[in-house]
Amino acid sequence: MSSLLELADLVSQWSIPGIILIVIVTAAFRRVPMYESFVTGAKEGFGIAIMIIPYLVAILMVIAVFRASGALEDTKAVLAVGLRWAGLEQHVQELELIPLALVRPLSGSGARGVMLDLFQHHGPDSFIGYAASVMQGSTETTFYILTVYFGSVGIKRIRHTLHACLLADVMGVIAAFVFASLLFRAV
Amino acid sequence: MLNKIWFALLAIGLLYGFGKALVVDPGQSSPPPAASADETSQPPAEQATRTDIMSTMGRSLTNAAIDSAQTSVELCIALIGVMALWLGIMKIAEDAGLVALIARVLRPVLRWLFPDIPRDHPAGGAIVMNMAANMLGLDNAATPLGLKAMKELQSLNPRKNTATNSMAMFLAINTSSISIVAFSVIAYRKAAGSIDPASVVVAMLLATTCSTIVAIIATRTLQRFFPSSPPTTSDTGAATTSTTSEEDA
Repeated sequence: MSSLLELADLVSQWSIPGIILIVIVTAAFRRVPMYESFVTGAKEGFGIAIMIIPYLVAILMVIAVFRASGALEDTKAVLAVGLRWAGLEQHVQELELIPLALVRPLSGSGARGVMLDLFQHHGPDSFIGYAASVMQGSTETTFYILTVYFGSVGIKRIRHTLHACLLADVMGVIAAFVFASLLFRAV
Repeated sequence: MLNKIWFALLAIGLLYGFGKALVVDPGQSSPPPAASADETSQPPAEQATRTDIMSTMGRSLTNAAIDSAQTSVELCIALIGVMALWLGIMKIAEDAGLVALIARVLRPVLRWLFPDIPRDHPAGGAIVMNMAANMLGLDNAATPLGLKAMKELQSLNPRKNTATNSMAMFLAINTSSISIVAFSVIAYRKAAGSIDPASVVVAMLLATTCSTIVAIIATRTLQRFFPSSPPTTSDTGAATTSTTSEEDA
């Protein structure tokens, strides 16, 4: 397991140099004017990055204000009261995972902070630590990605994309919790 | 949908922050250290603390808004270099025929997921490259390649301000993030002192597989309820582009 993982890490680390090498060797073989091609392509990068700015400001500002209000943290407290009332005392601790699940689609750095906080308080090898790791690794910062990707081509009407993505996120969080429960809940 | 969520997040954030600062018990919360010195028993001190809490909340909301606006620009500036690098490499690969080759190899999968993309269109190649980068956890490469894919998909889009089915499918798969190994999480676990940091890999793989399947099914199912896509024959679609679909707010 561990050596397999080291191999995977090695492949990952070398994939970028490897890809670049394959590209330029093939290009040389086909007599592509590489330098000119590179510059032509790179020129697009500037426009795309600038294009994103208004969309990113719009979405990151909203997320920052929402998080600063403390509404997320308090959701957890309300749910904890609800669980106690329902007599599920032993699961109250697992509510620590709720802020992670809620922040994850909104903010990558925010979710990382929550995860590291959970590691600190419960340990990375506790059930909560395992579940948090799986959640963090198996979901994405959906709002950021949609904003950047659609913003880069100027699309404002995104139709069903957000619905589908959020459904997949909900599934990802549930699946992360279920698989973590199946594999790591020793207690 | 995006308009509603945008409004909801902002309104909840502002109103909740205001309400919380009004309601929260000054003794329980941690007021700024300057005020907490003489909060023992007199009502005037209590009053001052309330004001402090209010102004602290106001300030933190203001800072959140302004700082995030600044962060977004910094993010984009940081992106320029990486974007230029990867789009440059990608252009060489395109001119050398590599992108088309990749798209041709994976054509069956692409045709099933993205029936709107014509044969050998560069969009297919760019999508594959982005997915490969995502699976390998190469975040730096994934974004530029993904934006390249969006640009190619946009070139096939008759309604330039409206997402196509292929775009929705691409982004749903992208955000559900089939990752083979999430190295960053493993690195954080290791840093936090885990005995077996990589133990979560299998669970992650299973969970992302589930979410990706849901992403594909959800996109396919939902797309017919959001019918702002153009007619299949592109020549009739081009004429009636801009004003027809107002239903999806």
